[in-house]
Amino acid sequence: MFYREAGDFKTSYKSDQETFPLKLDKILFWLTIAVAAFIVPLFLTEYWEKAIFLPFFIYALAAIGLNILTGYCGQVSLGTGGFMAVGAYASYKLMTGFPAMDMFIVIMIAGLVTACVGILFGLPSLRIKGFYLAVATLASQFFLVWLFNKWEWTYNYSATGQINSPERDFLGVIVTGPYTKPWATYLFCLGFLFLFAWIARNLTRGRIGRSWMAIRDMDIAAEIIGVNPLVAKMSAFAISSFFVGVAGALYFAVWLGAAEPTEAFSIDQSFDILFMIIIGGLGSILGSLIGAAFIVLLPVLFKNVFVGILGIPTDIAEFSQIILVGALIVFFLIKEPHGIVAYWRTLKGKLRLWPFPY
Amino acid sequence: MFFLLDPFFYEIVISGLLAGVMYALVALGFVLIFKASGIFNFSQGVLALFAALTLVGFQTGQIPFAHLLSLFGFHVTHWGAGFPTVIAILFSLFVMIGLAWLIVQIVLKPLVNQEGIILFMATIGLAYVLEGVGDLMWGANVKMLDVGLPKGPSEFILDTTDMFIDKLEISAAVVAIILVVVLTLFSAYTKMGRALRAVADDHQAALSVGISLETIWWIVWSVSGIVALVAGVMWGAKSGVQFSLSLIALKALPVLMLGGFTSIPGAIIGGLMIGLGEKLFEFYIGPMIGGATENWFAYMLALLFLLFRPQGLFGEKIIERV
Amino acid sequence: MNDVNQKMPIMESQERTFGAPILEIKNITMRFGGVVAIQDISFDILQGEVRAIIGPNGAGKSSMLNVINGFYHPQEGEIWFGGEKRSPMKPYQIAYQGIARTFQNIALFRGMSTLDNIMTGRFTHMKTGVLSQVIWRGAAEKEEYENREIVEKVIDFLDIQTIRKTEVGKLPYGLQKRVELGRALAAEPKLLLLDEPMAGMNVEEKEDMSRFILDVNDEFGTTVALIEHDMGVVMDIADRVVVMDYGKKIGDDTPENILKNQDVIDAYLGVAHD
Repeated sequence: MFYREAGDFKTSYKSDQETFPLKLDKILFWLTIAVAAFIVPLFLTEYWEKAIFLPFFIYALAAIGLNILTGYCGQVSLGTGGFMAVGAYASYKLMTGFPAMDMFIVIMIAGLVTACVGILFGLPSLRIKGFYLAVATLASQFFLVWLFNKWEWTYNYSATGQINSPERDFLGVIVTGPYTKPWATYLFCLGFLFLFAWIARNLTRGRIGRSWMAIRDMDIAAEIIGVNPLVAKMSAFAISSFFVGVAGALYFAVWLGAAEPTEAFSIDQSFDILFMIIIGGLGSILGSLIGAAFIVLLPVLFKNVFVGILGIPTDIAEFSQIILVGALIVFFLIKEPHGIVAYWRTLKGKLRLWPFPY
Repeated sequence: MFFLLDPFFYEIVISGLLAGVMYALVALGFVLIFKASGIFNFSQGVLALFAALTLVGFQTGQIPFAHLLSLFGFHVTHWGAGFPTVIAILFSLFVMIGLAWLIVQIVLKPLVNQEGIILFMATIGLAYVLEGVGDLMWGANVKMLDVGLPKGPSEFILDTTDMFIDKLEISAAVVAIILVVVLTLFSAYTKMGRALRAVADDHQAALSVGISLETIWWIVWSVSGIVALVAGVMWGAKSGVQFSLSLIALKALPVLMLGGFTSIPGAIIGGLMIGLGEKLFEFYIGPMIGGATENWFAYMLALLFLLFRPQGLFGEKIIERV
Repeated sequence: MNDVNQKMPIMESQERTFGAPILEIKNITMRFGGVVAIQDISFDILQGEVRAIIGPNGAGKSSMLNVINGFYHPQEGEIWFGGEKRSPMKPYQIAYQGIARTFQNIALFRGMSTLDNIMTGRFTHMKTGVLSQVIWRGAAEKEEYENREIVEKVIDFLDIQTIRKTEVGKLPYGLQKRVELGRALAAEPKLLLLDEPMAGMNVEEKEDMSRFILDVNDEFGTTVALIEHDMGVVMDIADRVVVMDYGKKIGDDTPENILKNQDVIDAYLGVAHD
């Protein structure tokens, strides 16, 4: 009754292509944004900032990035962790090299650097496909982690090999370093997520997005309609890496504050983000968000409920988590390759007709 | 050309070749499954780990899921005595065969018509599940594995050539060669082997001549499981049974890139090339760039290879028809 | 073959006139390893005509289309398009020249809707850069809706409005073929290549498809080359026919004359057909 589509006709192509064709959807969306932007920061504690929101925003951003490459363009990449490292180290060098630079610029340039690296490591995709490419991306993953371990310039010759994020600000508000206010980092990351989600939406709804999906679905046919495979694939790698680089920079500079390559940007990270988009939904921005929320919140849930409340030992909780994630991957691939977002859409479909069964 | 006179060079070479053999053992499992089902089994390394854990568990008389059971008040972790090695190996074989059946029923059958990349991702999920279950069943601490294979440097070689070569690695090489020969002959000359190749070529056609996909898959995954057990035993005896064993699986991927995904002898040759290449590169070039190049060299080598020969040295050429 | 006149009276005593050759195949030889798929074939396609390419299975017809498309590069021979010799080009560049195509086994983008699939056909006509697309409002949006209008016209023409938003993987075979035709039409090509557009269709669907092809040729003046097995269809809609057998050309004439060609009859038309 509430969620109705009947009578809601589209009279122009513009209204037909809107992100939120249903008026109710649109209202709910902006309401959520308003609450997220204006109300949550007022009550935000450091725990919620550091344990829930920042990781969610950052991983959601990385997930959207990977989804562009893997979900929309069909190029499987296991190198996401390595690319996040590029973003992180680029931001580190910028922060330490140009102390007066505003954080927004730092992050954007870090993203740009990662985009260039992404193009470089994306070149093999012109010759290699499918899971051969996935394995080739492992080369970038392991090489990059090694690079940031061995190339001392990247961590300013520090003895520990660790990089630490110095205090920097965005338009005068401190967003990095030990003295940040939760609402500042929260809004900073939320802002990036919102901006980049919007960019992703625009790119995927138009010509470029279609060229990516064409390559994914049948690259031979894509060529027939005029898509230059090199341009399509490289643009996917570049833009995806930009997103992932920005996420990596935020991950290090704003959230963690310190990082060391083998732990923070390992192959496990790459798998985690891949799982996010499989579970959440390949080829869907909302799916990336759902998947990120799921993978970020699951350990929190396990820790607080299973360990905290039920008293299960941490290692059992950890193993169970691993099993659960793995089992869910298999489950989703079997039952619903389009991820949770497909269930979401089916649910909305049912809601539209409720309470009528047809 | 001085290095050719340096006996140490030969030690590196042989050590590299032997390391390559170890990689090849894991890669063999991949090839078998890929040949018969077109599936790239990412969980092969974890299978090796799981197999080794199971073997140690039987040998030392561990009670499976002991840690979990302790939650319910059941605090015993061992039976009191373990099984003799031969029995333990036999039991582990049964476990792997049973596991293969489970995998076929739960994961493979539902995904039978999906493309390779979906199946690949499913095996990633499977790897995680097996890892977690292995940890829950037998505990995540490092275990020592001893199946009675000779260990320590071979005195004979040490005396005659001054080279330090571990007897264990020699045994591994022998075992690997035997495995490869047996599997190659099996695949090429037996009825079952032919059936496997038929299934690999075309599922539908194989079905239509009466070959049961399910049975074939079960057989293949069982054989792969056995190969995984061998690999797990070799690796475990060398460096202990621990999680890092499953990372070896990742190393097996470049081996397959070089040797081709469908060639049994290719797995050995690819393994040898990777093992040798890694050691030589690390020894000669490594010091100039900081060392620890073994983390990535194999992948870079494979990547370069793929660029020039996407199907590997011995794989079948992929032809796309419009 | 070179003495084919420009004016040829064919069916229903309608005089159809054609322009200069839009495509000229000159002495093309295509080898795959030891197999010779196409052997020294030459023919032309005149602007505005409907040219059929027929022949038994394995004659090399699809290979011929692949050569025209740029997928295969012939070892010998030349291709002239629009009066100019064509240098070796990639398939996507040939798309920009104005050649569009459908496939025997349907090459639609299965993850996308009908609308999106046909929109991809407009790819060569859309020019806005990445930056505009990132911002969307303004140039990119305007171009999207302009092209959407053209796509909607194609959808109307092919009568597939009701399946506009359906994922093409879910459509029945006949509709998929129509969507694929739509994608090729949306490109507003100079030359339309159809690889067995009637394959797997019943009589009604064939009539619809024939009508579409003739309308396209009539209304938009699009030159059409089609591979077809159904001689009835060929007789009805083709202006001229090229017959291939074992990679060689064994006939090049109007449909009526082809039927009387002994070589062709021997090679191919001994079989009774509907």
